[in-house]
Amino acid sequence: MEKIMHKPLLPRVSLSYRLLSWEFFLLLITAAVFVINSLASPYFLDPWNLSDASFNFVEKAIVALPVAMLIISREIDLSIASIIALASVAMGFVAQTGAGSPLIMLAGLGVGLLCGLINGLLVTRFQIPSIVVTIGTMSLFRGISYILLGDTVMKDYPQDFAYFGQGYVYAMFSFEFVLFLVLALVFYGLLHKTNFGRRTYAIGNNPTAAFYSGINVARHRLILFVLVGLVCGLAAVLLTSRLGSTRPTIALGWELSIITMVVLGGVNIMGGSGTIAGVFIAVFLMGLVTFGLGLINVPGIVMSIIIGGMLIGVIATPVLLKKFRNRKPAP
Amino acid sequence: MSESHSLFSLRGVSKSFPGVKALDQVRLDLYPGQVTALIGENGAGKSTLVKTMTGIYQPDAGELRFGGELISLDTPEAARSLGITAIHQETVLFDELSVTENIFAGHYLTRARSGRLDWPLMHARAQQILQDIEAPIDPKTPLKFLSIGQRHMVAIARALSFEARVVILDEPTAALSHHEIEELYGIVRRLKQAGCAIMFISHKFDEIFAIADRYTVFRDGCYVADGKMEEVDEAQLVTLMVGRTVEQVYPKVEAAIGEPVLQVRNLRHPTEFDAISFDLHQGEILGFYGLVGAGRTELMQALFGVSSGVQGEVEIGQQAVTIRSPADAIKAGIVYVPEERQAQGVVLELPIYQNIGLPQLSTINANGVLSDKAEYALADGYARRLQVKAPDWREKVGNLSGGNQQKVVIGKWLATKPKVIILDEPTKGIDIGSKAAVHAFMCELVQEGLAVIMVSSELPEVMGMSDRMIVMHEGLMVSEFKRDEFSAERIVSAATGG
Repeated sequence: MEKIMHKPLLPRVSLSYRLLSWEFFLLLITAAVFVINSLASPYFLDPWNLSDASFNFVEKAIVALPVAMLIISREIDLSIASIIALASVAMGFVAQTGAGSPLIMLAGLGVGLLCGLINGLLVTRFQIPSIVVTIGTMSLFRGISYILLGDTVMKDYPQDFAYFGQGYVYAMFSFEFVLFLVLALVFYGLLHKTNFGRRTYAIGNNPTAAFYSGINVARHRLILFVLVGLVCGLAAVLLTSRLGSTRPTIALGWELSIITMVVLGGVNIMGGSGTIAGVFIAVFLMGLVTFGLGLINVPGIVMSIIIGGMLIGVIATPVLLKKFRNRKPAP
Repeated sequence: MSESHSLFSLRGVSKSFPGVKALDQVRLDLYPGQVTALIGENGAGKSTLVKTMTGIYQPDAGELRFGGELISLDTPEAARSLGITAIHQETVLFDELSVTENIFAGHYLTRARSGRLDWPLMHARAQQILQDIEAPIDPKTPLKFLSIGQRHMVAIARALSFEARVVILDEPTAALSHHEIEELYGIVRRLKQAGCAIMFISHKFDEIFAIADRYTVFRDGCYVADGKMEEVDEAQLVTLMVGRTVEQVYPKVEAAIGEPVLQVRNLRHPTEFDAISFDLHQGEILGFYGLVGAGRTELMQALFGVSSGVQGEVEIGQQAVTIRSPADAIKAGIVYVPEERQAQGVVLELPIYQNIGLPQLSTINANGVLSDKAEYALADGYARRLQVKAPDWREKVGNLSGGNQQKVVIGKWLATKPKVIILDEPTKGIDIGSKAAVHAFMCELVQEGLAVIMVSSELPEVMGMSDRMIVMHEGLMVSEFKRDEFSAERIVSAATGG
């Protein structure tokens, strides 16, 4: 085996090649979907239609960014949609008191952060696997929302609160969309250009070795859970503002579509690898597919079948290709 | 045993993988009733050979003969049906299953008529096999309740359940205590008497001389020599294996011993160790010897801040320090090269330079923003100094050999400019060449004024490298020897509680 070491090596080349090709592959599919959509419907290429379509996925996409980091660190959060609901309920109550938009927003962000803190503390202090903790808090947060609201709807939001979810920064560029672009840049920097990001990869690949290298693994993961909670709070602000109302069923089932985006983006569900660029492209891919199917009036259930098939297909293709490429067993 | 025909022989066997020729025209003979030691550095092709002999790999060229007849082993099952079986260094067993289930996994015994599993029969057979190897284990016990040594016994029992004729022992003693090794020798002798041909792979020469009848030496995938054990000595074998002499493996250079750097006073842990007090001086290599389970690793991990519940005083350069996490230890100047290199030492998926930079990202990039350049430059100095073999430092650590991975771990710690470096089994599972390099480097470090603690279960290594040695037994320090008092007999007697 010693001999392998001296050769100019394949693995490094193939790794960057694989990463490149993964994102390239996603881009290709996205472009294909774009072309198919524009052929399938004359309304697709209208900028305003595209802008409207973006509302259906940017809120999820914003949450996908910190969730990608969390999954890279070998943790997961299934309570994200429930956090959004609980944060929205909290905003509803604050709005009922006649408070202004800043305070409402603060309530949403605060509750999100608190929920993330609860998840994080349960995982890191008591060392319970995050999948267990967050399945629990998924029901817990959603349940509290139901108890607080029952069948009622809260819609006492002030006029200017609508801007977050319905406003436009410039022409057809919505506030939500621009915010997503900014956050994607921020998370790109955080994951790929900072010590924090490097530690995230190290922890995701080998938490023990990371700990033995002096990294405070528990605190790092706690911070990531809080970050996810906080961004869920932000998504709650956007969603609540866009809908103008809060029901306990708000954002129901979002955790799966958000995690789908992350996995589709090439983030290893076992932790340790993945990029923000991949997630960024995957978000658009999912958005375009959903929008295109909507334009040609595909019913929702069929749509979820297609999305599910696409996820499996996109993940399986590179694995299969790799299998065909090197059939010989490794030494 | 007569010098009869070989039971299993290989001639001109070659095996290549993309980019490497793992076996090049090798030959090997295993004789019934004899133990043949296969000797070679890591990378000599031993693992590939074992896999070829057990039907996991197919050779590209050459012939295999069993009892004189030409055979081909297309599948592991084909090898097993001939009674060729291997016991590996890290035995793959099932924790949650019973001993019987482990022994018969994959070849369960069934009732003739119904085809249902015949548990009473399997339990009885398991009991019989365990009795034969004098392992007092209840076959119905779940495996997870057994010690590492007992698990090995189960692995051996599993091998015997196939009615073995050729038994390959691939570093079987790596995880065993002295007593368990003695038991293993007993089993090997019984297998010999039963006429099995045995191949024994080990890095430890004392074991090879204790148990083997013949030897075969491989180097870089090629056959080098073979012969009878009584016709060679250790020095000759080492020379055959690496082209190096024994003195070059333990190149001890005495450094000037200075002031105490680390002072430990009455360090204690509720379950692992108690009443540990010692001083470590500048320029000193302090060896810790003991059996597996003596508490050495636990003590070192406590000094490094990994364990909780530790009490007692630790001073670095006359300053009391509180160490609650590895981060505290690194700040105080204590670093630890762990025994479990791949699990605790390196992040296999990250490149060399990122592994070296990992403990001190905040020092390299004070503002929190990564500078690949600065990190690479830091790593470059240490990787060069340690002569890590890689095309460049962007190589993933997972692609390096064990010895080079170990160099990366050491480099990572030197980059933090420590005062005390703790090496826990620093040469476990690495080849003699890298071993000698690590030893030489230890001498270099103490000459520069560092203080080194070395934990090792290899007596020649501790004796060869230490200035002073502390022997531990069941969590206590039982004796201390200066270099001129070293005597293998007294040290082993102290370690076994004598």
